[in-house]
Amino acid sequence: MPSVSTLLEDRGAAFAGYSFAFLDDMAKREIRRAILKGVAIPGHQVPFGSREMPIARGWGTGGLQLTLALVGGSDVIKVIDQGDDASVNAVNLRRLIAKTTGATETLDTAAATLIQTRHRIPEEVMREGQVLILQVPIPEPLRLVERSVAAARSMHAEMDYSRMWLALYEDIVRRGEVSAGAGYPVMVNGRFVMAPSPIPRWDIPKLDNARCLFLFGAGREKRIYVVPPFTKVEPLEFDDYPFDTEHFDGKACALSGATNAYLVESPTEDGGSRWTASDTNYADKVLAGQEVDTKWKR
Amino acid sequence: MGYSSVRGGLDAIEHAERLIHNQVTDGGDILEVSQVADHLQLITDQVMGEGGVYDVELGALAVKQAEGDPIEAAFLLRAYRTTLPRVGYSLASSGRELRITRRISSAFRDIPGGQVLGRTRDYTQRLMDFSLLDGGEPMPLGLIAQADAPDDDEFPLVIDVLRAQELMPAAPDRPADIEPFDVTREPLRFPATRSARLQGLARAETGALLSLAYAGMRGYGGDHGYIAELRQGDLPVKISHPVTGRAVNIGWVSVTECYQIVGGQASKAKDRPDYTMGYGMVIGRNERKAISMSIIDASLKKEVKSGNVIEDEEYVLYHCDAIESMGFVEHLKLPHYVDFQASLVRTSKVRELVKAARTNA
Repeated sequence: MPSVSTLLEDRGAAFAGYSFAFLDDMAKREIRRAILKGVAIPGHQVPFGSREMPIARGWGTGGLQLTLALVGGSDVIKVIDQGDDASVNAVNLRRLIAKTTGATETLDTAAATLIQTRHRIPEEVMREGQVLILQVPIPEPLRLVERSVAAARSMHAEMDYSRMWLALYEDIVRRGEVSAGAGYPVMVNGRFVMAPSPIPRWDIPKLDNARCLFLFGAGREKRIYVVPPFTKVEPLEFDDYPFDTEHFDGKACALSGATNAYLVESPTEDGGSRWTASDTNYADKVLAGQEVDTKWKR
Repeated sequence: MGYSSVRGGLDAIEHAERLIHNQVTDGGDILEVSQVADHLQLITDQVMGEGGVYDVELGALAVKQAEGDPIEAAFLLRAYRTTLPRVGYSLASSGRELRITRRISSAFRDIPGGQVLGRTRDYTQRLMDFSLLDGGEPMPLGLIAQADAPDDDEFPLVIDVLRAQELMPAAPDRPADIEPFDVTREPLRFPATRSARLQGLARAETGALLSLAYAGMRGYGGDHGYIAELRQGDLPVKISHPVTGRAVNIGWVSVTECYQIVGGQASKAKDRPDYTMGYGMVIGRNERKAISMSIIDASLKKEVKSGNVIEDEEYVLYHCDAIESMGFVEHLKLPHYVDFQASLVRTSKVRELVKAARTNA
């Protein structure tokens, strides 16, 4: 057990005029309790009294509240947006976290204790003890088939996912495929259908039986949910229409040469296109010739 | 573990910060916060109401800092208020205790206590006053000044007259929910308690409520009701004295209150009075919002619904808050290339499937 004095030192440098990590202690306690409930009921959306943050709703306030409720002065923080540490919103969130806590900032996936992310799971495998905090715009996977929050809650309670399955079936009938790209719905622990946040299909298999803790925070919608380590997470699929990820056959990152990565296409001035890895830290490591473990599924 | 520098992003946002900082600190005559508080009262009131903080100086500061954008200013106040500790809870005040500066009824020609027109633009001609370009001169007020000060007398409520005539159900003995719901500390649950509903509407964006109320009146589930009473004035803030336990007044909050009466279709089936009341109370002088709120409250209270969104509390309460709606709508400015790439991959896959199906046909 740590001593009281080490815990006090661990508070780091607080930002003048505000509580350590911006949130007041009661808010932090409420969020931590919601996380614990989420761990106990994987995939279940736990309502919480989401506070107004100094960044706008929809810009990561749910993820930010989770991060600020967990961060201590000795934590090492990484923030990515679309996989990129240098994206302006990621930079803005990271400097707010550092400014109000004195926590160390990093770009290195392996070195981070807490990673807040928008719409990506890193390519590099996360290990035990690491926490990935995903920002969530719409936590309710049933929103597409049921707009009422109250009705969707009772559908979850009764595990009534028939309309969800029907929507997937109709999608296949109309288009020959399940058309969901980012944010493919998953079944967690065989019980709750969950919105994985708008991560690409590429990242969905990483959620299954991972070693790290996945926390999901929706600030505007006031929900927290959790995928604990070693939890079964399966994409919703039919036997004859199995789930499939994106493929980037034959393409490599133009900057690093990385092939085993989620690539994004940018138009170039000559009318062509350039493919780069969206996970910039992974690309940097490949470029530096480092060995990176990307085998999430074992 | 040291700090690793980042590419581009940090510099860019720091430069952007400097540009907006200079917009309010550099060039021309600098606008003082006190000028905003004194001369732009209505925007300051609106921002305090939507921001959920009653502090004129902070409200005016938010307006200045946000370059006059009311939603951005309310957002600044909200982000500030959420960090403030709760030092205590006030006792409930009643609209009956309002120190009136204005009070009108459109349902009756004369009302007990009398109509008080007060400070309003309603009957002014909307002509540009070019004299204000050169500052403008104040006009002598004489006796008006005295009438414009908050009146210590308590005015009877028009709604009580209707109740006495048994046109409306009597006031409930006590509020339906004794301990009010706190929308700033708890997520909304549906069906929402009445206190949660009224709090949500009171903090809602003025324009959002106006639009919903107008749509309702035009035939989308609202009513063209009657304003039994619209009041402006100061409401006492009372707390229980920590030592004596007696109620003490610690200040005043400027509010606008609206009592809207709707219904009146007497039916054989019911022998109870069937006018109902929609209620609106908002911070400061903001009649547009108070009236809109009372229309929406009346619609939400309807027992027999027509299926229109203005009667649907999930629809209304989830979509009337400016801080939440502006945040989500404007988050579209954030990069989305990862999700868009996922969509592109899906689209081309489906196109291939369609092409293959056509070739095989």
